[in-house]
Formats: sequence, structure tokens, C-alpha cells
Amino acid sequence: MEMQTVRFYQTGTFTVGNRLLAPHERSVQAEAQRANALTSGHRACQGCGEALGARYAIDAAMRATGGKIVAVNATGCLEVFSTPYPETSWQIPWIHSLFGNAAAVASGVAAAMRRKGTDDVRVIAQGGDGGTTDIGFGCLSGMFERNDDVLYLCYDNEAYMNTGVQRSSATPPAARTATTPAMGPEPGNVFGTGKNVPLIAVAHQIPYVATASVANLRDLEYKVTRAMEFRGARYVHIHVPCPLGWGSAPADTIKVARAAVESGLFPLFEAVNGEIVSSTKIRRRTPTADYLRLQKRFAHLFQPGGEARLAHIQAIAERNIVKFGLEGTGA
Amino acid sequence: MLKQTEGSHAIAESVALCRPKVICAYPITPQTHIVEGLGEMVKAGELADCEFINVESEFAALSVAIGSSAAGVRTYTATSSQGLLFMAEAVYNASGLGLPIVMTIGNRAIGAPINIWNDHSDSMSMRDAGWIQLYAETNQEALDLHIQAFRLAEELSCPVMVCMDGFILTHAYERVDVPSQSEVDAFLPPFEPRQVLDPAEPVTIGAMVGPEAFTEVRYLAHHKQMRALERIPALAAEFERRFGRASGGLIRPYRTEGAETIVVALGSVNGTIQEVVDEMREAGVAIGSVAITSFRPFPLAALREALMHAKRVVVLEKCLAVGLGGIVSDGVRKALSGIQLNGYTVVAGLGGRAITRASLKRLFEEAGRDALEAVTFLDLNTDLVAHELDREAGTRRSGPTAEALLKRLGTVSARIG
Ligand SMILES: Cc1ncc(C[n+]2csc(CCOP(=O)(O)OP(=O)(O)O)c2C)c(N)n1
Ligand code: SF4
Ligand SMILES: [Mg+2]
Repeated sequence: MEMQTVRFYQTGTFTVGNRLLAPHERSVQAEAQRANALTSGHRACQGCGEALGARYAIDAAMRATGGKIVAVNATGCLEVFSTPYPETSWQIPWIHSLFGNAAAVASGVAAAMRRKGTDDVRVIAQGGDGGTTDIGFGCLSGMFERNDDVLYLCYDNEAYMNTGVQRSSATPPAARTATTPAMGPEPGNVFGTGKNVPLIAVAHQIPYVATASVANLRDLEYKVTRAMEFRGARYVHIHVPCPLGWGSAPADTIKVARAAVESGLFPLFEAVNGEIVSSTKIRRRTPTADYLRLQKRFAHLFQPGGEARLAHIQAIAERNIVKFGLEGTGA
Repeated sequence: MLKQTEGSHAIAESVALCRPKVICAYPITPQTHIVEGLGEMVKAGELADCEFINVESEFAALSVAIGSSAAGVRTYTATSSQGLLFMAEAVYNASGLGLPIVMTIGNRAIGAPINIWNDHSDSMSMRDAGWIQLYAETNQEALDLHIQAFRLAEELSCPVMVCMDGFILTHAYERVDVPSQSEVDAFLPPFEPRQVLDPAEPVTIGAMVGPEAFTEVRYLAHHKQMRALERIPALAAEFERRFGRASGGLIRPYRTEGAETIVVALGSVNGTIQEVVDEMREAGVAIGSVAITSFRPFPLAALREALMHAKRVVVLEKCLAVGLGGIVSDGVRKALSGIQLNGYTVVAGLGGRAITRASLKRLFEEAGRDALEAVTFLDLNTDLVAHELDREAGTRRSGPTAEALLKRLGTVSARIG
């Protein structure tokens, strides 16, 4: 009898088919009883990576805690598109206070849970890159330093999207935003600026830090689930393409996110107690130009004269590949 | 129990008797001793079942408080001056969300120039932030007001600031009567939150509200404070029945019967004013005073009632609306609309300038002759000001103003009177 080969990965996407996995390994989103914590009907743009990332992350946390989650949300797209009064997409207790204080409010919720004797209820703070790496950075660092029992989720779409795509300290070099226009001798965001908050989180020596991407949703679910196994301060930084701000096609959100990971521009790693313990190997090397070309914010790089800056970005990716050990085998 | 103790320590004891579950602390003079005292009680186990959280800024302090209050536990913090401004965004947020946090303000000036001493500029800057604001006259009253504040805040789901003069009260050793735990427990029931973050009953708090309902949300905040106008005197009366002393209320008139001149002020300066009133009454002058305890809500009706028969009202304020004059006077004038009398604003005690009996007596006598300007700066060093204005007129690059004034004054110890 002729053998039939089992196709484990769908061609081109590397997405694992759920039906081929043991039930306990299946994706949270594949479960009929998934929480749908961020339920449908919200007002995110088509193809919004942040909406996708938040749904996967929070549902994974819901599964990990038996539905005992309180979320604190910073001002930003996620907050605005999920709660236009009197509607809400949140099926969990959820509070929005300010743009820059989500981590501190979450610390307060966690303290209250301890005092009420209900610390089986776990606290999540979440915000965009601006709310996390810029205006909320003081509160974030304070929460880390005190090792408060909070999981902070940063949805990194590399700019202030809710106010119309302005530069943040997570905006990559060369990216065009409303405040870094593609003009002059150095079009877009300047090189040599910005900060790497996942590594700064690692430097706080908190129990758990990870980077994740909507390109790898199973890995995102795994990292959130893993984070919930720890007590104390935890940080998961999730790369979430924004079609509106990046000028990418809404249908390409996953493709764009994957190109960021596979080119080495967005390394996926995990750190425990201040030490990086694993990184996700690149499965099929993608040139950074293939990532950049999908996005209008980088269009100027492909005009005559953009070669040096393209090479500079490629060099950044190469450095990441060495630094985080992204080459080799294994998942 | 009677005790001779520092004002800040009395407040720490009072707050502890209210059984808070979360206390956030960030140091700033002159409030610091209060949270230090509470931190000690938590560490020593005297204040059991309470989290004491050392945060990285005042903005975080109030933000942590917002979180714990929204999660349904009694929450306290304290600050002063620059600290209150640093948390300003969260100050509005706490009241907008209707969270019954109690916060002590150890009143202090706002820089620049940086100044650690007492005036009311800090809490006045937040007067429209939606918090109830109570001003204590003595350490005993400050202690009592905290117990009332938690009850009031939680009844209304509205945050309350208890304002007490920095140094003059916070650092003064005075005799206070500290009530027993059972007395406080009988007055202050356990916190029953109106809204709470609880997975068993998920709610969304802090949604985005547009023009369709924003006015109504704000109206309800105002309505809450209008209810506080009734609850504050009622709670003060109940407090007096249970604890045997009068504390709090909306206003406190002093010898206003038949008074032609009435002085209005907030906070500890009322003690000095009352002494001068006594002295002048003895000399046959028809003068009295009114202490405003509740500045928000502003007691329009009570003030009107107390002031309407006077010939003149002197509002003595430890704050300045730059470019206008008085802040408290504005409200007082509103309380007296349609009533014909002379009104004077006196700005006094800025940045810790002592308000002496001699100066007050001179001031009130001038007021009695209706010889005061509409806005007076008590004990203003007019020579110093005139010299600086001349100097600035003479040279473009005149340099920093404050430093020039100090240089002109020479080395002096903090000037009194
Ligand atoms: C103190 C303060 N400053 C500025 C704003 C305006 N603001 C609201 S959301 C936002 C951008 C949010 O960007 P980010 O955190 O990256 O989230 P995103 O919308 O991109 O998901 C800004 C600037 C604000 N609400 N509060
Ligand atoms: S602007 Fe970007 S982040 Fe905001 S909702 Fe649209 S796609 Fe999502
Ligand atoms: Mg963003």
C-alpha cells in the first residue's frame, strides 16, 4: 500500500494544523469554550494586529487562570476601539484610567486582591508602545522594580496610532510617521534612536520577559500561558502590525509580522530572572527589504539613494541574528 | 485618649484607625511624616491587613490608589505642593471614576521659586478637580476630619482631600484626643464599593464617553457634591454626638452676632484671626470671623446666611489667582450676590510668610475704616518690589528675579512679620 505523507505545516505559512495536535496542545482559540474576552463588534481597522494580539493574549491568560483576570488598559487604540460608550467588547473586569499609568493602576489592583484574599485573581496591564515605552515608562519600571504581581502586555505597533501615527521611542529607523516625515537628507525616523524595552525589562531581573508576534500566535499563547505560571512582575512585548499606520494591506498583517520575525528585525526570545533562556530560530531567512517593501512607511527607502539606509537596516537585522542566536535549528 | 503628639503623627494614627487596606507613599515635605508614621505601623504589625506601597512618583501613588480603590478596598495617600501637581492627571481621573480615595494635603506653596513652606496654592490648584476639599483648623480637627472623610467619600463614591497647613499643623506638637478603635468602627462601617473589578461580575470602568453623555456624567459629579452640602453637616453632627466634640461641618462662624466686619479664611490661620477678633471685640469693635471648612463643595447658602448682615467682608487667602487676585473671594462674592457690602481680598501668608496678630489687627482696623484696596498683599515689602522694578526697567539682561530679590535682602533668616 502506498504511504500518504502527512503535511504538518501548511505550505508557506508554517501554521500548525490544530487537528494534528494532541488536545492539550491545541490553540486556545481553537477551543469552543475560549473566553472571547475581547469579543467581536469592536471598532478596530480591518487587519488590526493589536486587536488580534490582544484577543489571543487575553484568552490565553483566561485559560491559564480559569477565567480569573482583571485587565487595566492604557489609553490608545485598543482602549478606544474596544469601549465606545455605552458599548464594550470586554467580557472581563476591565478598567481604563490614563495613558501613562496602566502599570501603576495594575499594581494597585494586585495589592487589593492580596488584601481581599483573592489573589487567585490575576492582574494584566496592557498598552501600546507609546503608553509603555514612553509616557508609561516610569510607572512600568516602578512596577517591575517592586516586582508587583502584574503581567504587562505591550502591543507594539511602532508608533502612536490612536492620535494619527506619530513617532514613539519604539518607532524603527527610517519609518515615516506624521512627526518623522519622509523628507530631507534623513527621511523618516532617524537612525540610532529608540529604546529596547524588552531588554530593559530583562535588566530589571523580573521573573519573566518575552517578545512575541502575531506572526506566531501559538508562541504568543504559549508565552502568555508561561507568564501566568510566575508570580511577580512579568512583561510580554508583542509585535502587532498596524495596516493604517504602516501602510500595509489589511490582508497582509500576518505576512508583515512574519517577515519582521524571519528577517531578524523582531527577535523572539524569553528571559527568566534576568537571563535570556531561549530564542526562536528563524525558519526561512527573509531579507529585510522584503519586510520593508510591504509597507508604505518605508517606501522612500526604495527610491534612488535609499540603498545605504536599506543596508543599514539589514545590518541591524544581522546583528540581532547574532546577538539573540536566531540562526540554527529548532523552534 | 489624650496625647501630646506631632500633627503628622496624629493623622497617621487617625488614618490607621480607619483601617485602610492600601496606602501609597511618596516623600515630599511637609506631608512625609504622615506616611512615614503609617509605614512604621504597617511594618510593626500595628496596622494589620494593610499594604504599604513605596512608589516611584506621586503620579504612580495616586494611580496605584485608583487601582486598589477600583478593586474595592479602602485606600489612602498623602502629598503636598509639587507632588499634587505631578499627580494632577490622576487627581481628575480618580474623581471622574468616582473612587472614594482619601488624600491628605500638607499644604505647601508651589514653585518656582521652589519653597517648602505653607500656603494653599497646591490644593487650590485642584479645587475644580471634582474632589471634596475639607480644610482643618487644628490638629484635632485634622484628625477628626480624616475619620469623617472616609465615611463621606464612601457614602458618595467621591474622593476627599483633607487639607492641613504644612508645618503649622503637620509639624506642630499639640494635644489631641485620639478616639478608640471601637468608637471609629461604630462611626465608619466597612467599605461597600459601588463598583468593583471582580471576575464574578465583570464590568467595564473608564470607557470613552462622547458628547451624548459627557454633560450628564459631569452633572452627576456636581450633583454628588451638592449632596455633600447636606451630608457634611449631618456627619459633623453625628460625629459630635458620638465623639463629644465639634469638628468639620461646612463653615464655622466665630462671634459674628452683630458684627459689622467679618473675616473669612481657611485653615489654621483662623486661630490667630479669632484671637485678634477677641482683642478687638474687647475694645468694642463689632468684628467676627468665619472659617470655611468645606471649600468643595462651596457652601454658598451657609456663607450667605453667616455674612449677609455684615457691612464688610475681608477674605484672607493663602493663595493668589495671578492676574485676578483672590480665589476664595470669588466664591464668597457669589455667596453674597445682590447684597450690598464692601468686600476685600487679602492675600497673606504666601510661601510661609508668617501672619502675625499685629499685622492682622492693623489690617482689620484699616478694613473697619474702609481704607483697604480691593486686593491687598499683607506685609508686602514695597521697597523691595519698587527697587526690583526699577532695576528691571534699567537693564534688559536683568537676570533671574527671585535671586535678585534675595541678594537685595542680604542674609536674613526666614522673615517673620
Ligand atoms: C497624557 C496624555 N497625553 C497624550 C494623550 C493622547 N494620546 C492618546 S492615545 C495616544 C497614542 C497611543 O499610542 P500607543 O500607546 O502606541 O497605542 P496605539 O494607539 O498605537 O495602540 C496619545 C498620544 C493622552 N491621552 N494623554
Ligand atoms: S490604527 Fe492601527 S492599531 Fe489602531 S485600530 Fe487601526 S489598525 Fe489597529
Ligand atoms: Mg502604538
